[in-house]
Amino acid sequence: MAPFILRASCNALPSSTFNSPWYSQGGKSNLMKKNSYLLIIAVAGLGLFLSVRMSAGPADSSPSLKGAVKFEGTPPKPSRIDMSQDPLCAKAHSTPATTEDIVVGADGALANVVVYVSDGLGARTFQPPQQPAVFEQKGCQYKPHVLAMQANQKLDVVNSDETTHNIHPSPANNREWNMTQPHGIPLEQTFAREEIAIPVKCNVHPWMRGYIAVFKHPYFSVTDKNGSFDLKDLPPGTYTITAWQEKLGTQTQKVTIGAGEAKTLDFTFKQ
Amino acid sequence: MRRTIKATRTAVILMCLLWCITSAAQDSHIGKLVGNAKRGKALYVRYCVFCHGPDGDGRGESAPYLVPKPRDFTKAVFKCRSTASGSLPLDSDLYDTITRGIHASGMPSWKPLLRQERADLVAYIKTFSSAFQEEKPGEPVPIPAEPPNSAESVKRGADLFQSMNCWSCHGKDGRGHGPSVASLTDNQGNPITPFDFTSGTRFKCGETNRDMFRDLLTGLDGTPMPSFAAAMTPDQRWDVIHYIRTLSSSKTHSAGKNDSIQTVN
Repeated sequence: MAPFILRASCNALPSSTFNSPWYSQGGKSNLMKKNSYLLIIAVAGLGLFLSVRMSAGPADSSPSLKGAVKFEGTPPKPSRIDMSQDPLCAKAHSTPATTEDIVVGADGALANVVVYVSDGLGARTFQPPQQPAVFEQKGCQYKPHVLAMQANQKLDVVNSDETTHNIHPSPANNREWNMTQPHGIPLEQTFAREEIAIPVKCNVHPWMRGYIAVFKHPYFSVTDKNGSFDLKDLPPGTYTITAWQEKLGTQTQKVTIGAGEAKTLDFTFKQ
Repeated sequence: MRRTIKATRTAVILMCLLWCITSAAQDSHIGKLVGNAKRGKALYVRYCVFCHGPDGDGRGESAPYLVPKPRDFTKAVFKCRSTASGSLPLDSDLYDTITRGIHASGMPSWKPLLRQERADLVAYIKTFSSAFQEEKPGEPVPIPAEPPNSAESVKRGADLFQSMNCWSCHGKDGRGHGPSVASLTDNQGNPITPFDFTSGTRFKCGETNRDMFRDLLTGLDGTPMPSFAAAMTPDQRWDVIHYIRTLSSSKTHSAGKNDSIQTVN
């Protein structure tokens, strides 16, 4: 099988390679003919195999679980943040900055809610992604306000402000660290254990507050300004799905998703 | 019969191994000193329990009357370390803190105890948190030789004191009255005040310039004082130290003297 594959792959090479001894020797022409039949059979076989794979695709591929989180009632008005203590922070905002602890958009869409699988994955273990999670300090606020990442995934802390920050997470289940970061200096950290969610503060700028949720699996999502979340590539199974909001607490729902099934799940928070 | 003997032998060997592993985890190593947790417990119950509590969680009988609160050993977060922010301290760091005491707190110097006794205490303190069995302490941070002090160095240090936002806690004049002071708490949520640099040089983790350099590298974990490891070059750290020295009227410090570190080699 191995030499055949080698020869078949040679056929796909540019014409210049046809000058190789394999093709210039006339005595091998019968062999070549034989091989081209084999090649046709192989291509057809591969095609059949692929089409079977593709038709089986949707059944094999993971189900999806999407949904939205809403805030019911009159949303609290965000408070203004007085940044006058540090002029470098104040001048980064043309309109006064506001608090982000409860961010409600159009039609009660609730942003910054972490939606995740809290039970149902059993003893499965997951490698952290290569791509680092990014937590940015911009306008003396955290972007995103709520970050979700996997345990042992790299965390790139970015300071886009002109002023100097110190990034100080207060974990209960991870090691506490506290690092000063002037503008433009790279800072790479990580968290080893699951924790939902670690409060992050800057002692220099007391109004700064954000959260980092750390998971031992990749099935989490943070709602965007439309309140939407998307738990991608979830294997079929029965799960407990939890929605966490920093001020409004947690809610859970059970859901069973079969192979290839697309389900939606909505959460509603009240104050 | 033979099988039973074999099984018993294996069990005995396994138990010995387990004993070796667990007892090794309860040792402390400070230079050539090896501290023993069992002996440390007897000392702890006699000297430390009133503040730090029988469970090592800082809730001893005297704790309600103390500011700052006694250390909660179950969290394994320590202010005075020679290791990076977020990492466990070396045994010698805990030994040094016990020896030195912590100025402006209820923690006295335990230098009157024998060196062996202090090492035994370190071994016992480490048993309050599983972190010491699960993780290794960090590497000690490098402290290079101090460049000579100069007016230029002090000037550069003054600029860094501004740009690094030291003033937001320690105040523009170093008196510890910066604009962020009201919001500062330790990791237990208790209010905490920044050091007043005009009050003298009795810093919590040692008084020498090398101690200050180490503090700037490691930060004081569990407090708002961050690490400046990524933020400043070694020369910049010495500049800040030279500037901070000008804020105090005390002339007692010595750049080369390393009298606060009592590590036994």
